[in-house]
Amino acid sequence: MENSTAATIPEAKVSTAFANRVFHSGQDLKPTALDTLQINITKLCNQACVHCHVDSSPRRREAMSDETLDRILAILKADDQIKTLDITGGAPELHARFKDVVKEARALGKTVMIRHNLTVAQDPHPVTKESMHDLPDFFAEYGVEIVSSLPYYQEFFTDKQRGSGVFKKSITTLQQLNERGFGTSGGERVLNLVYNPVGAFLPPNQEDLEKTYKKHLKENFGISFDQLFALTNMPIHRFKVQLKRLGTYEEYMETLSGAFNPAAAKGIMCRNLVSVAYDGTLYDCDFNQVLGMKLRDVPDLQSWNREKLLKRTIKTDDHCFGCTAGAGSSCGGNTADE
Amino acid sequence: MSDSQKPAEPYYKQKDLKKFAEVGAFRPELMEKFFDYYNSVVATEGALTKREKSLIALAVSHVKQCPYCIDAYTSSCLENGSNPDEMTEAIHVGAAMEAGINLVHGVQMQNALRKKGAL
Repeated sequence: MENSTAATIPEAKVSTAFANRVFHSGQDLKPTALDTLQINITKLCNQACVHCHVDSSPRRREAMSDETLDRILAILKADDQIKTLDITGGAPELHARFKDVVKEARALGKTVMIRHNLTVAQDPHPVTKESMHDLPDFFAEYGVEIVSSLPYYQEFFTDKQRGSGVFKKSITTLQQLNERGFGTSGGERVLNLVYNPVGAFLPPNQEDLEKTYKKHLKENFGISFDQLFALTNMPIHRFKVQLKRLGTYEEYMETLSGAFNPAAAKGIMCRNLVSVAYDGTLYDCDFNQVLGMKLRDVPDLQSWNREKLLKRTIKTDDHCFGCTAGAGSSCGGNTADE
Repeated sequence: MSDSQKPAEPYYKQKDLKKFAEVGAFRPELMEKFFDYYNSVVATEGALTKREKSLIALAVSHVKQCPYCIDAYTSSCLENGSNPDEMTEAIHVGAAMEAGINLVHGVQMQNALRKKGAL
């Protein structure tokens, strides 16, 4: 089902502070490649996390149409320079055609990365009430890469951000994934975890935190995983509302801006991917997507043009300081040394 | 509202921490030496990790009851991966030391009592 929510979001008044900062640091934020297609196939989720920039929840119903999905599969088939399909949401597994898309993309030889929230395998489908218990087996059968949020290696912070009971369910799913070889096979079946701060502060050093996660999860739950990605919370949507409510929005923005790292800007995700919204519109990243900052010359899948996409000007605003603070923050974690 | 009815402005203001470096407006070479020493001690990995150093600094901040330091090292602990369990335990260490330091001076009290022939 599609509706017009995204189409009616007015484009925000754009600040040039970030662009100026990049310019004065001697950086040029141009696309470097187009090897990843990130698709947001549904805003429906079994959770409603405090930090979620998509504002996903069990009440959202936006979902990518068959026509849009078919167009994406056609692009994947025609463009062999796109190596990775990165499927996100909401909880993408809740989309009716999720499994079909994974199977077809894998059949085309693409790496398929699933932004898997772990609990979706334990909860019933919020709409159909069907069991989702078969997901770990499905992931193993089709050899997807799993990227899962676990905001902390302990219950308190995890449940504070993601809801009561999330930590215990996440641990159960991680153990099931380990049993199927994810995170235990030396990279053959990839299981990466994502840390993001439980509040208005910058993430810790990724390498140190990964060691701590590995130690605690192994000792306490017998869990292994491949890499930890430490991401910064984006000061937009639900998290921005929380910051405003706490009176810490300005302070957080100062923290992000003060931690601007030119080296981190080099590897940020908007330079090698394009983000597709559920309605087929195109963006530089998932964050620009939820802010309604559509691409100018190639606004949707119908107008797909690799050459134009590689020459585009990446749209930026103040939230981009979130990706360039400290060691940087991208879908694959840090983008620079601190 | 008369001046006497206005709520008193807080003596410590959060935003004032940013003015710390302004103390170096006079005799800047001394402040420079201080910041060099301070950053070498607390802002670098050494025999202790930055995470451990932040927890010690948080405990000291409470013992010395410095509002600037409590804010700064709460952030620092979080940004170095700590959690409320560790942070609370750290301030308990500070509190326990203060209590112990207080109580061990009971020896001085007893010495004084003995001098007076009261013990």
